[in-house]
Formats: sequence, C-alpha cells, structure tokens
Amino acid sequence: MAQVDAALAEWALDEARRSGATAAEVLCVSAESLAAGVRLGEVEKLKSSRERRLGIRVFVGQSSATASTAELERDGLKDFIAHSVTLARLTAADPWAGLPDPVLHPAHVPDLDLADRAQGIVDADTALKIARTAEQAALKADPRIKNSEGAEFDSGRYQIMFANSQGFAAEYAGTSFNLGVAPIAQDDQGAMQQGYWFTANRHFSKLEDPAEVGAIAAQRALRRLGSRKIKTMRAPIVFDPDMAASLLRALAGAASGPSLYKGASFLVGKLGEPIASPNVTICDDGTIVAGMGSKPFDGDGLATNRKHLVDAGVLKTYLLDTYSARKLKLEPTGNAARSVGDSPTVSPTNLYLKPGSHSAEAIIGSVKRGLYVTELIGFGVNGVTGDYSRGAGGMWIEDGELAFPVQEITIAGNLREMFKSIEMIGSDLRWRSPVVSPTIKIAEMMIAGE
Amino acid sequence: MPMANDLVQPEKFFLNRFGMNQGALEQILGSALERKADYADLFFEYRSAEGLGLEESMVNHTSKAISHGVGVRVCADDRTGYAYSDEVTVDRMGIAAQAARAIADHRTGAHPAVQVGEQMRGHDLYELETSPLDVPLEERARLLREIDALARGYDPRVRNVMASFSAERRIVMIVNSEGRIAADVQPLCRLSVTVIAEDGKGRQVGTFGGGGRLEWKYFLAGERWKEYTIKAARQAIVNLDAVDAPAGEMIVVLGNGWPGILLHEAIGHGLEGDFNRKGVSAFAGRIGQPVASPLCTVVDDGTIASRRGSLNVDDEGTPTTRTVLIENGILRGYLQDRTNARLMKMAPTGNGRRESFAHAPMPRMTNTFMLPGESPPEDIIKSVKHGLYAVSFGGGQVDITNGKFVFSASEAYLIEDGEVTRPVKGATLIGNGPDVMTRVAMVGNDLELDPGVGTCGKDGQSVPVGVGLPTIRIDGITVGGTRA
Repeated sequence: MAQVDAALAEWALDEARRSGATAAEVLCVSAESLAAGVRLGEVEKLKSSRERRLGIRVFVGQSSATASTAELERDGLKDFIAHSVTLARLTAADPWAGLPDPVLHPAHVPDLDLADRAQGIVDADTALKIARTAEQAALKADPRIKNSEGAEFDSGRYQIMFANSQGFAAEYAGTSFNLGVAPIAQDDQGAMQQGYWFTANRHFSKLEDPAEVGAIAAQRALRRLGSRKIKTMRAPIVFDPDMAASLLRALAGAASGPSLYKGASFLVGKLGEPIASPNVTICDDGTIVAGMGSKPFDGDGLATNRKHLVDAGVLKTYLLDTYSARKLKLEPTGNAARSVGDSPTVSPTNLYLKPGSHSAEAIIGSVKRGLYVTELIGFGVNGVTGDYSRGAGGMWIEDGELAFPVQEITIAGNLREMFKSIEMIGSDLRWRSPVVSPTIKIAEMMIAGE
Repeated sequence: MPMANDLVQPEKFFLNRFGMNQGALEQILGSALERKADYADLFFEYRSAEGLGLEESMVNHTSKAISHGVGVRVCADDRTGYAYSDEVTVDRMGIAAQAARAIADHRTGAHPAVQVGEQMRGHDLYELETSPLDVPLEERARLLREIDALARGYDPRVRNVMASFSAERRIVMIVNSEGRIAADVQPLCRLSVTVIAEDGKGRQVGTFGGGGRLEWKYFLAGERWKEYTIKAARQAIVNLDAVDAPAGEMIVVLGNGWPGILLHEAIGHGLEGDFNRKGVSAFAGRIGQPVASPLCTVVDDGTIASRRGSLNVDDEGTPTTRTVLIENGILRGYLQDRTNARLMKMAPTGNGRRESFAHAPMPRMTNTFMLPGESPPEDIIKSVKHGLYAVSFGGGQVDITNGKFVFSASEAYLIEDGEVTRPVKGATLIGNGPDVMTRVAMVGNDLELDPGVGTCGKDGQSVPVGVGLPTIRIDGITVGGTRA
C-alpha cells in the first residue's frame, strides 16, 4: 500500500502538471478512531476505523475541478489525476477561480497543540470503562432513571497534509476525545424523557469527570419529566449555552462568503452596520491553543487568525475563503474550510460570544414570566430571510424561578431582531465545541403552543 | 473503472478488483467468529460519484469521488463489534476481524467452518440501460445552463439561480457467516434547482428537485427539468408576498407528495426496531393498539421500481419488502434489520441500511407513505373554515423518546372560508407522534410520492429515502409562526 507522505503529494502535483494542469493543490487526510459503547452496563458496541483519502483540485487556466479517491496506488492515481484535469477542461472558465495570492501563505506554521502527545487512540478496555462509569452514574442518580440509550466514548487521531503548486506545503495532526451519555427517565404514567450530556476535548486529561457527565445527563432527563404544552403567547426567552451556540452557527452561516455572493443571506450589505445589541461581541479565533476549531492554516493554505465578527453589535467582517473574497472584492479571512473531496467552502474556526457578567441564575431570575430553552429541534432557520421557527423544550420561568418543564411548542422570530434584542449575556462560557456561547436572554419571541 | 461485465456480476467485481477468493472470505469470517458470536458479515463497497454545479450562470463546479472499503461486523447477543478499513486486503480484513470480534468475550473452538456459496437474490428495481455518469459532461452542463436561463426568464425579480446534478454508482457485496453472498449495483442521481428572488422589500428562496435510481433521459422526458425550475422560481416569487405565519394550534391541510415527511418523522423513526427493542421509543409495546384515525394506512415499501428509497437488497443482503406500519389506524409492524429482528424474534424486513462501509447497519426507512383515501383534494380545502395549507417542506426531526416531532414548511398558504388565500412565511409545525395521526380527519384520493430528494439522518448516518402522502386534513397541530 502506498504511503501517504510529502513525496506522494509532490508526485501528485507533478502528475497534474504533466496532465496539463496550470495549477494544482493536494490534500491528504488519514484518520484512525475507536468508539466504544455500553448500554445498561453491558458492552454494546466497539467500532474501529482506519481511512486515508487524497483530494486534488486542478486548474486549467481559470477552469477547475475537484476530485478525491481512496485508491492511492500510483498507477490508478495517475489515471485519476488525468481524468480530473479532463473534468477541469470541461468546466466553465471562472474569472475568480484560482489558488490564493502566494504571498498570503504563512512562512511559519504554528504548533497549536492540537494533538495529544501523551495519549493516542484509547484502547477498548479503557474506553469501555469510562463509558460504563458515566452510564452507571446516570443510572444510579435516581430511581426514575429506568432505561438508557447508552454511553459512548470515542477517540480519534487525524493527520492532514496540504501542498499546492505554488510551493506551500505543510501538515499537522490532531486528536479528539469525546464522551456522551443518554439516560432515559420515566414517570408514573410511563412517559419517557431522554437527557444527554457530553464532554469533549483534544486532550484526554482535560475531559471532565465521567461520573459527573453521567450525573448531569440524568438531571437533564429528570427535569423534563411532566413536561407540558403552554398557551400561545409572546414572552422573553433565555437560551442555555448550547442553544445560544446554535444561534451563533446560524449567524456565521449568513456571514459566510458563499451565502453573501449568492445573495442568499439576510446579512447582504450589512458590513459595518449594527446587526446586534451593543452588548454583543462575537469572536472567531482559529489560533486558540488546543481549541476544538483551531487549525494552523485554513483550507486554502492561509493563516488562521483572531478577529471580531461582531464588535459591540456592529458586523465587522464576513467569513471568507479566497474564492468568495475575490467575488466580493474583499480579502480572505482565513476561514476556508475543506473536506477532502470538495472545493473550499467557508466555516467559522472557534466562534464564541464574549461572556458578560451575569450568572445563568441571575439571567433566569430577571424574567418574570418566560421560557428557559434547553432543547431545540428541526431546521426552521432561513438564512436568506433570517426567519426563525423551531421546535423547543425547556423550563417555564415564573417570577424568576424555574417552575415546570415545557414541550411541544415552537419559538419563532427573525434573527435580525433576535440578535438586536439580546438583553443579557451570561458569564458561563464553556469550551466543548468549536462554536460556543454563554447563556443569553432575548427580550421577546413568539411561543406557539395550545 | 468497473467493466460492464463486472456490473452484471458485481460479486466478481470485488473478487477480481481486490484479489480475493472464496477461501479468503471464509477464513476471515472464521476468524471473526473465533469467539462466542452469533453472526458475522463482511460488507464491501465501491462508490464512484460525480457532481456538477452552476452558479451565476456558469457551470463552474465539477467534482469526482471514488471511495471503497470493507466493514467487518461481529454480533454476539445484543453486542456489535465493527471495524472497517479503506484498504481492501486480506491482511487488513484480518486485523479488522480481530478488532470486531473483541466484542465477543469468550473463546470457543466449536464454531462450524463457514462455507460461502449460496446467493441471496434480490429484486430488479433499477431499470437503467445507461448510467447518468456515462452521459457526456457537456450535455449535463448544457441542461444546467438551460435551467438557469429558464429561471431567470420566469420573472424579473429572479436574482440568482443555483443548479446542480449529482450521480453515483454504488457497488456493494455482503458475505455472511451463514455462507450467503449478495451483491448489488445501485445507481442514484439527483437534479436540484435553487432560486433567489428579490424585490424592493426583501429576498426569498425557492427550491425544487428530483431524482432516483434513474437514467439521464428521465429529466428530459416530459420536460421534467422545466417543471423543477418553474416550481423553484415560483416558490421564491410567491414567498416575496408572504405574510407572517400564524402561531398556535389549528387545522392544517398537507398537500400531497413531499409533505409525507410528516409520516417519516411522526411515525417512521418511532417504529424502527432498535428503538423498540430497547424500549426507548414512544411507540414501544404498542403493536395492535390504535395510534391513528381509521382513515390511515401507512406502509414502508423498498420495492418500488426506480425510487430513491428503493433497494434490490438492503445493506445486509436481505431483499427489501413492503411493511405495513399502520393499518386502518392500528399499529401493525416495525422496521427491522437482522440484529433487532433476531433479538425481538421477528422477521427481518429488509430495512438494514448503512451510509457506507464506514458504518454498521441499523433499521432505516425506505419509501414511507400513506395509502390514498376517498376525498377529492378540493373537498378537503373547502371543508376548512380557517387553517393552513402547507405544500412544501424543508427538513424535519423527531425526539424518539417523547415522540415530539417537527417539520418545517417552506411554502404554505392560509385557508379562509374554504379558499386558499395568502401565502405565509415558512414555519415549523410541531406535534406528538403517537397522537397526531389520530387527528387525521380526511384523506385525499391523490396519493403522490415525493420527487426523489430525501435524505434521512440517524446516529450520524445519511441514507436516501422517499416519502409520499395524499392530501390530508389534520384537526389540530401547532403551527410555529409569529402572528398571534
């Protein structure tokens, strides 16, 4: 079997040139992982994987094609690269296509501590033990925890190698460790509710205590028991940190170059304008050491950076790769994202809402009658218009206290108004995902129920 | 590239391509079963896909992907060991078999040797003479440019058009420890159109598309591509005038076809065997009980020719079937893969599916739809004094355990005094799976299957599916608009 190394990338670039490409770029990913799951104390699944893929983007003048393959033997790869060049020739010449300006490639690729040096793939016995500890803690938490969808511990390691025909070549490795638990609580009437909680980190030693993860998952299931529907009304909405993060993801999607040049975003023409309440500052930072969304260079081979997407409510930048930046006559922002088989797209790196000074309790305490949202389901976010309507669940707030659980309702509004009416921001930012937020309070949204 | 002969005998394709022979397969299955296990299988997959996309009147995206690999699965009681590799070699499969069999904890020496031989025969549902992959790229690109021109000519408010065509060929082979072998060559393609419209007040989006296990000429026949384009453009234009959607519980009429996503979310997932074996579904233990109005009969049918959700055999080699889920309102059946069928002492229903060799199979839907009733759709609209008429939807989702599900309308209208009146903005509808179908008050005589664009996600795995629905009236579901 062929080795995935710098020599293979160099050979592939040469081969593209020999087939008639005027420029080319190679991306190789190799990955290994092990996932171990338990359910009701028993081993349920073990999954081990190993994958290697080579992706290539070739240009013939302003025409390009992308291709990817798992066939890494040079004989087969040679035909494959030649076919990719043929595809490019058949593609329309696009005046904005091409590799980035070579001066923008970083001279030095930083070490962001993305790979755990002390811990590789966690062996099956250890992984099962961690999963079992977490699930046991959930099952023991309360007699009403009667069933479980199990607990799973995953660990993975990947290596990314990137090289293009204008001389930029670099590689890096990353690791990830993830523990999730999903206990089920049941009430006297037989109604069931699931709770889910997880911990994730690039470094094994920084994961949270498995027993605590299990106990939190159990509490999340238990507090949903007895959920009821409420009347249709307008009310203040408090989003817990994970639900608030989903709003940031929607904003990042609308702020991404491809949405903007297609005219498919409610943020078209809003650069430099106020789009959120003045207390809102949102950062995108791809350089955070050991960050879940960090990378030493982006999918175009450009340096990642730290910037304000929104500063004191004003939209300061879009998120751009080389292509969308050229179309919008702006500079790329280091947000090119890449999967092996696709041309670059755009995504945030580590995106977070800058924490405020309020505790989550104080935010809930400020609400006379309103909803604390802890679950959202469905896809009812329209990035073109900003219209927002999603299924929700959580706790009803009465006189500043969590009163009873709520389900089978929707919350609706428009992202434009929602961001402008963020009244309070919590201090409770926790890094478990690339996109994170503290608790936030939105002045008012429509709740549809009975 | 696979040779034509390989595609007639796909099982030979893998043996030739990766230098395997029957003895090697038997040896690897034997190794997988070395400990106390009930069952083992090998899943080989070779997939080639091509896509092209148009933006701003240019076909400026082309892509090609080839992936292949093998997954080794070992089942012991309710435990599953799974290991996969994209290196399809005897050595690598041996390592995978060792990793997968770690699930079975006791060593036994007594498992009878596996003898591979018996073919599992599936249906013959894909009536293709040629693959869309073999249509010249220039011809495919030309159609996308024609779509662009048609959409832009539809209305001066059309601002942008995105169109894409993707096609793939997936060759699979399953060899199991019962000695059975099954193979299939699965074509799939899809044409999608997205239109952005803009007037002085705002912008809106419209989308439409279709596909299936089909030939290229399907899109040209009856100018189907024009229908897709006009529908996408019309939806964007209609939505420019949309008023705020209402909020609260009301009568909702669902149009026929794609709104069948209701069944997929409200009923289908909750009837998948794994959730019911574990007792974590809101439908667990309810077979034989009424869960819908007597007007409702719902089936999952993987055997309809050429459909996106259909398969000759599932990803465990079981031929697909038609399973009655709800019959005249009574819950009748679950969707099963082999493991859950065995553990629940039921028969597999041909619903064991997986996204790729990188995933273990689980019970999944194929094409899920409601059988037609007797009401003409006009009568259903006329019967409603005040309500919502929803004809097009984006995605949906369900919480299996409490049964709450959502699906989001992307084109909907108010019904006032029996007439369809103003368009309303998109809104999410939320309901309770075991309860919503009891509120079905009228079922139309106009069953239609969706045009072939659905993809279902479960536990991180995406598979192509279909849905279908006649026009139906639901007396009370919560509509998540913004207007009180």
